[in-house]
Amino acid sequence: MSTETASGHHLSTPHPALSTRNRLSSWLDREDVLGYILVAPVALVVLGFLAYPFGLALWLSLTDKVIGGDAHYVGLQNYERIWQNGIFQGAVRNTLIFTASSIAAKLPIGFALALLLNEKIRFRKAFRSAVLLPWIIPTVLSAMAWLWLYNPNFSILNYVIANLGLGRGIRWLTDPNIALFSVVLVNVWRGTPFYAITLLAGMQAIPNELYEATSIDGANRWQRFRHVTLPLVMPIMLITLLLSTIGTFSDFATIYSITGGGPMNATQVISTYSYGTALGAGRMGEGAAISLTMFPFLMVMMIWEIRWLMKRQSA
Amino acid sequence: MADEEAIGVTPVRHAERGAASVPLAGRSWARRRAGLGYALRVYLPLGLFVTFLLAPYYVMVITAFKPDSELYSTAVSPLLVSRPTLIHFGELFQKTAFFLWAQNSFVVATVSTGLALLLGVPGGYAMARLRFRGSGLIGLAIFATYLVPGTLLFIPMHQIVNALGLLDTPFALIVVYPTFLTPFCAWLMAGYFKTIPGELEDCARIDGCSRFGAMCRITIPLATPGILSCAIFSFTGAWNEFLYALVLVTSGTLKTLPVGIVATLLNTDAYPWGKLMAGALLASIPVAVVYSFFVEHYAAGLTSGAIKG
Repeated sequence: MSTETASGHHLSTPHPALSTRNRLSSWLDREDVLGYILVAPVALVVLGFLAYPFGLALWLSLTDKVIGGDAHYVGLQNYERIWQNGIFQGAVRNTLIFTASSIAAKLPIGFALALLLNEKIRFRKAFRSAVLLPWIIPTVLSAMAWLWLYNPNFSILNYVIANLGLGRGIRWLTDPNIALFSVVLVNVWRGTPFYAITLLAGMQAIPNELYEATSIDGANRWQRFRHVTLPLVMPIMLITLLLSTIGTFSDFATIYSITGGGPMNATQVISTYSYGTALGAGRMGEGAAISLTMFPFLMVMMIWEIRWLMKRQSA
Repeated sequence: MADEEAIGVTPVRHAERGAASVPLAGRSWARRRAGLGYALRVYLPLGLFVTFLLAPYYVMVITAFKPDSELYSTAVSPLLVSRPTLIHFGELFQKTAFFLWAQNSFVVATVSTGLALLLGVPGGYAMARLRFRGSGLIGLAIFATYLVPGTLLFIPMHQIVNALGLLDTPFALIVVYPTFLTPFCAWLMAGYFKTIPGELEDCARIDGCSRFGAMCRITIPLATPGILSCAIFSFTGAWNEFLYALVLVTSGTLKTLPVGIVATLLNTDAYPWGKLMAGALLASIPVAVVYSFFVEHYAAGLTSGAIKG
């Protein structure tokens, strides 16, 4: 103790070098200074690799930039061209159908799966790990298994369907009327675990006393679900739904690796079309315009989510 | 006998049959009936779901070990293997750059995870603990970044990486991946830091520790579980990423596993399925192993990010 007070005393005797260092370290110890220093790298990343690329995308979409060529300002020409382009119109429609139907399947299936996993089952950990697999294994690699399941000549799905006597088999990827359903199925398969696991986490955070209390009040299983589980899981369900909507709307890997947008653009979505235009055909300007048409929808989702977040933080 | 009453009416009905073993039989019958209902209500649907979710992996494993003569024959059931073989794995190792792709994936995922943690953990700490002007706004910007999908920015990112002279080099992905992993880590860690009581730091500060010292010596060590789940998320995020890896790297030897397997085998091989499944299986194993060990942390990470955020 005495040595500490001694060293504390000698700080007050002015020694130029020491006091500068001391002032620096006490400046660094200020809450706001340290805060800015720690957050600066992240902020720089956000600015340099989000704000700047976004601005660049806007600029590119107003030019006739092709790979290896110079960019010339052409105004809204790219937007006018894609607006009248039938493939683009189809891609917008496919994107909306893909997103809506996939979410409509993932939410109820994921919810049911979470309810089942929340039961007092044996091997819950093993079940939970198994359920997670489609979500964590790289999408394009799982997609290869699906591609083989859908194979026109050796489709295992058709083999099973034929052996069960359910029909002669389906042209999963070559029939334009079925192909979109086939890619939705893969997306549902991959996305359901995310719902199940987040909703399960939400359910397990519900205190058991609430269920006991409602049981004493004579509530049946449906009433317990309706008045305890559902309202308490609602916040996490909402954020899961929003995250999943953004992810599904902008999905590229599933469709690119399974159909590449075909047959005859039947599964072409905005993301695959912008990739094909920008890097396949080399028309970067037009590709940028196509991908930016996703922005209004994403913007609405993001504002929704951020408002939800601010409400929770102030609550 | 007291047990019998607790079970309810079923043993009584059995007692009518009249036998010495009635209580026991009645008990097990009742239990079995309850068990059967439970099995029908819980285990049956659960089994169906799990079958649906795992079936493609069953097919992946089966196909990887099937000889071509069985694969491309309609006489053999596609759901079974009669003569398993390792030939597809051998061809995968000899005829493709599989090990190079694996090495690329590993280096890219490890380095970008390291960078993301190095920048994201202190950033998350500052947002959770320190009050400074504009911190709310920065937090929102970071959260927004986490929400922006790569499909919106891959074209300008291609331009930027090209302008930096990094297109089709090993550094292309190492530069790009931390840009979406860092905000994500900062966001997740901010949620985690809020769960650690600030009093511990106050004690250290009273004992003469600087803010920075308290962060390094007290709070960050306590946040190890959060950092671990952050690392898992980042590593698998980088390991699984497809679009940037497809767009920014074109040389066969520089590709990551997912792009290498899909692009090379699907475009060049006439009978790729055995090799394709063998490659997909091997490339899936690292993330599958990481997750099955850390599934608790995964769930904890999700909830701290989503619930407590």
